[in-house]
Amino acid sequence: MSKTLYRKLVDAHTVVQLDADNVLLYADLHLMNEYTSPQAFAGLAERGLTTLYPGQNVATVSHIIPTHADKLRIIADGDSALQASNLKRNCERHGIPLFDTNDRFQGIEHVIAPEHGMIRPGMVVICGDSHTTTYGALGALGFGIGTTEVEHLLATQTLVYRMAGDMRIRIDGELPPGTTAKDLVLMVIAHIGAQGARGYVVEFTGSTIAALSIEARFTLCNMAVEAGARGALIAPDATAVRYVLDHCPDLAGDAQMRERAVAQWAQLASDPDAVFDIEHRFEAAGLAPIVTWGTSPDQAMPVTGRVPEARHASDTRALQYAGLASGMPLAGVDIQHVFIGSCTNGRIEDLRAVAAVVGGRKVAPGVRAMVVPGSGAVREQAEREGIAAQLIAAGFEWRKPGCSMCLAMNDDVLAPAIRCASTTNRNFEGRQGRGAITHLMSPAMAAAAAVTGKITDVRTLLEHAQ
Amino acid sequence: MMQTIIEGVAAPLPIANLDTDQIIPKQFLRGIDKAGLDRGIFYDLRFDAAGAPRVDFVLNQPGYAGAPILLGGANFGCGSSREHAVWGLQQFGVRAVIASSFGEIFYSNAMNNGLMLATVPEEYMECLFALAASSGPIEVRVDVERLEVSSAAGTARFTLSERHRRMFMDGLDMLGASLQHLPAIREFAGRWQQDHPWLKDVAAGARARLDRLPS
Repeated sequence: MSKTLYRKLVDAHTVVQLDADNVLLYADLHLMNEYTSPQAFAGLAERGLTTLYPGQNVATVSHIIPTHADKLRIIADGDSALQASNLKRNCERHGIPLFDTNDRFQGIEHVIAPEHGMIRPGMVVICGDSHTTTYGALGALGFGIGTTEVEHLLATQTLVYRMAGDMRIRIDGELPPGTTAKDLVLMVIAHIGAQGARGYVVEFTGSTIAALSIEARFTLCNMAVEAGARGALIAPDATAVRYVLDHCPDLAGDAQMRERAVAQWAQLASDPDAVFDIEHRFEAAGLAPIVTWGTSPDQAMPVTGRVPEARHASDTRALQYAGLASGMPLAGVDIQHVFIGSCTNGRIEDLRAVAAVVGGRKVAPGVRAMVVPGSGAVREQAEREGIAAQLIAAGFEWRKPGCSMCLAMNDDVLAPAIRCASTTNRNFEGRQGRGAITHLMSPAMAAAAAVTGKITDVRTLLEHAQ
Repeated sequence: MMQTIIEGVAAPLPIANLDTDQIIPKQFLRGIDKAGLDRGIFYDLRFDAAGAPRVDFVLNQPGYAGAPILLGGANFGCGSSREHAVWGLQQFGVRAVIASSFGEIFYSNAMNNGLMLATVPEEYMECLFALAASSGPIEVRVDVERLEVSSAAGTARFTLSERHRRMFMDGLDMLGASLQHLPAIREFAGRWQQDHPWLKDVAAGARARLDRLPS
């Protein structure tokens, strides 16, 4: 029988079919952070249980960590410091690899896992964080869970998993200059809505996807959850295989194992006649840079457009929160803050895109612009490439890695009424600070906002430069 | 056995995509246990910037304090995976949420903690919201055994998987049940790692490689 890639991955990882809807699903990798795992470890202790396969688990301090550029980072908040020390203690007790506060390679879970070769095609990857959908970029099924399930994962390396439906989103055509995977995914979410993929695992396909780099695919799959998706997948191709081998020295250096692995990865695709419950098609041609105007990621529009009329009460509420009026152009709206980072757009290609737009320009007067690399490795790479020096000279703050202002759980919090151009994934009310306003956009667009002090179509700067 | 009838005042929150960040903001997620999360529930909606109760928020209005049931908008609980949202709602006294749809991770989290979620048609929700808007606090009854929501707006059916029904009604211990499968898990893992040796201990392997790098 023909199968989708999603079904193949679930079938391959099924230990036991529990009932009509649920399987016991084996996880190749389980990632943890400091704030959604403590109660899970406490639960294990209560039951007197240990971690079944510690080497297939990994933890990082990511959400509460301060990002000041201090040589030695100290978590000033007492509760947060306890979360970090508690994670360390739990990892030591259970023999779980940890990327601790002052580890050279510490970073956001979804940035460090692939960059250090922990994500490989055909895996099931689970984490107590909704953006685990990221790993679909490498043909691995990733998804987020709650803390009760984190405990279950630790004890059994499996999850009681309810099957999702199959959705395919096909996107064809060349991405126009000045647009990126971020614009693509925001466009898709705006079209299908914040619950447009709820209940489905989305497989992305088409010539636009095939032309994307792996880091761009991470951005795309990362934000699939903002359409409600339970997972995102892209069948691994030569680009994916190259990325994996570049990041997995153990595999690249073992010719026999490598050949076996690559041969298996070639099978990781939906069968040609596999049936999807829902299909959407989009064209990349005509795509303009996309910016959110409201408080849900589906409230997004081309930067060239005018703020839409409210269709529902939630639109009215969002417009009021964002301090915008229907009919006004979005371009030209003043911003006071720029945030570049997160598991969506905190990788080296994102920082290169920022640097390319900034060029010799300066951060506009009155704007505070922060760059928070997704990991220690990304930060070092950007320093080697001269990106850090360039951005510092332009007036950006060059900070240490973490989730930072994506969710403002550390001390990087916006004041009320501050408007922020942000490369993150959620523009929810209060997400970056109570009363603060978030406009989601690509790194290039955030760079354009930084140097002009307003929401700006980055293409006008690129044309200017040429 | 859990009580299968949940009834009482139902507080309307007709906000689409009410995400878990709004259900419990980040500053309440810094603990290592589950204590005191009720303080953070709907914090920015319940309190103004100075910490005073907002009179425009339903749970601060007469007749709604301690409401055991919430009426949510579509995609209630979308966004962050934080299970604190479910723990906090329960500590706050909420025993059921009724909405036309729920965020997926929130749904699983609720089922794993015995917070009942009833997914009912959009039209029924609109009737409930209209009724609450015109007549003030309304009583709603959620019957988990019969899978029915009933109110002055009539009766709506909802579905619950057999597993979730057993977890709610019989207190089925999910982890306890899964531990019974440990021999099968070990056998599966052994076979899987033999067929895919490049997937074994990827985390430990990566950590060891990094630890070997010169500092």
